[in-house]
Amino acid sequence: MRPFSYERATDAAGAAKAAAEHPNAKFIAGGTNLLDLMKLEIEHPAHLIDIGRLPLAAIEDTADGGLRIGAMVTNSRLAADERVRARYPVLVQAIVAGGSGQLRNKATTGGNLLQRTRCAYFYDTTKPCNKRLPGSGCSALEGLNRNSAILGASQACIATHPSDMAVALSILDAQVEVVSDNSRTIPLEDLHRLPGDTPHIETSLSAGELITAVVLPPPPSGGQVYRKVRDRASYAAGLASVAVAGGRMAFGAVAHKPWRAHLAEAVLAGGGSPSEAIAAELAPARSNGRNQFKIDLLHRLVPVAVETARSQGRGA
Amino acid sequence: MRTTITVNGEARALDLDTRTTLLDTLREHLGLPGTKKGCDHGQCGACTVLVNGVRINSCLSLAVMHDGDSVTTIEGIGTPEKLHPLQTAFLTEDAFQCGYCTPGQICSALGMLEEVKQNWPSQETADLTARITLTDDELRERMSGNICRCSAYPQIVAAIKSYAGGAA
Repeated sequence: MRPFSYERATDAAGAAKAAAEHPNAKFIAGGTNLLDLMKLEIEHPAHLIDIGRLPLAAIEDTADGGLRIGAMVTNSRLAADERVRARYPVLVQAIVAGGSGQLRNKATTGGNLLQRTRCAYFYDTTKPCNKRLPGSGCSALEGLNRNSAILGASQACIATHPSDMAVALSILDAQVEVVSDNSRTIPLEDLHRLPGDTPHIETSLSAGELITAVVLPPPPSGGQVYRKVRDRASYAAGLASVAVAGGRMAFGAVAHKPWRAHLAEAVLAGGGSPSEAIAAELAPARSNGRNQFKIDLLHRLVPVAVETARSQGRGA
Repeated sequence: MRTTITVNGEARALDLDTRTTLLDTLREHLGLPGTKKGCDHGQCGACTVLVNGVRINSCLSLAVMHDGDSVTTIEGIGTPEKLHPLQTAFLTEDAFQCGYCTPGQICSALGMLEEVKQNWPSQETADLTARITLTDDELRERMSGNICRCSAYPQIVAAIKSYAGGAA
């Protein structure tokens, strides 16, 4: 790990200001992803701003019947909240499908959204990776790409976003509150970017912008389901996952961002079958060889998840 | 950087490089080698300790992030002269071979049982609104962050069940 200076922030605006003033500063909250990457010298901030004790750890009811989740709420406490369990079960299912108990106890809502890809070449500092070292090339294109993206990828990068939680937040139409000089609210769907020619730029946040909360509108009507397929039964990254809530749908582990399946939703809304819906969404899907199975996997996974959500919605 | 952490009930003042993990602080600066370094990347669980009563991977945390926190390690849970009942259960059930993962397994299990008591869900929890029953599937899922390379898993499950049954 390379040397860095450290400060503990006492308020969100001050933290954002400190980040804007320090070149190469990073916020640290739970640290479960950042410290791993710092040990490998993939991340090497010169200054850490510890936001872990900012007063952003509450889950509050909003006037419209939704919830405002503070950015420092841990994954464990978010999944344990009675209101979340009763009204947003897809979010609970997604959170408990990620990481281990120890990691979820430390990982925060804001940090979960900003975790970085698990692509093996991003982690292997002896190999080219456009995300780690822009312009160096993408080793996954012709390499071990079994876990690479099948949707929205580019010739510069076929890495996937690893979050389960963010997939559920995507179909719940979550909004992300951000502070800096100018506070703003971003739809979750606009927080993460597709790789294009700049895969090292992963979000629409600017330097010094700090996520302070995630706001959920009231839940959509209908059943909610999160299904994740992986190489072992627990504590493994997803190969593909799907979140369904009412007529909404999103995929995880198949793209550079949580993949909201708007085409599939439109087919379902028009009275099409789940199989027709997934076929429409996956029409532009592309494999790089070893990840071809992800396309087949989603074709099988999605109709089951949609039917499960529908039967739950009927109270079955 | 000056940092004070209460470890096993005793306030310990330290002056540390900011890079020092909580794990290395315990082992290298405080003479508490019971907490083990396995992978050092949060994948094996050998470094699990309780911070303010909650289980975390001490390898993925900086000591400076824990200024003012209260940390419990295996040395604070039992001693050779006075074993914790869960340690006795591990002996009785033969729940280890090499023993390297055991301190982490025990700290993790104690944290896990508290999470069950607070009714926190896991991916094995079918009904999110009901009281959780610690079935074998629930127990295995909740302990999946602790790897045992000797694969003593059936005995680890038996030891935790034996202790939890007795403690309940």
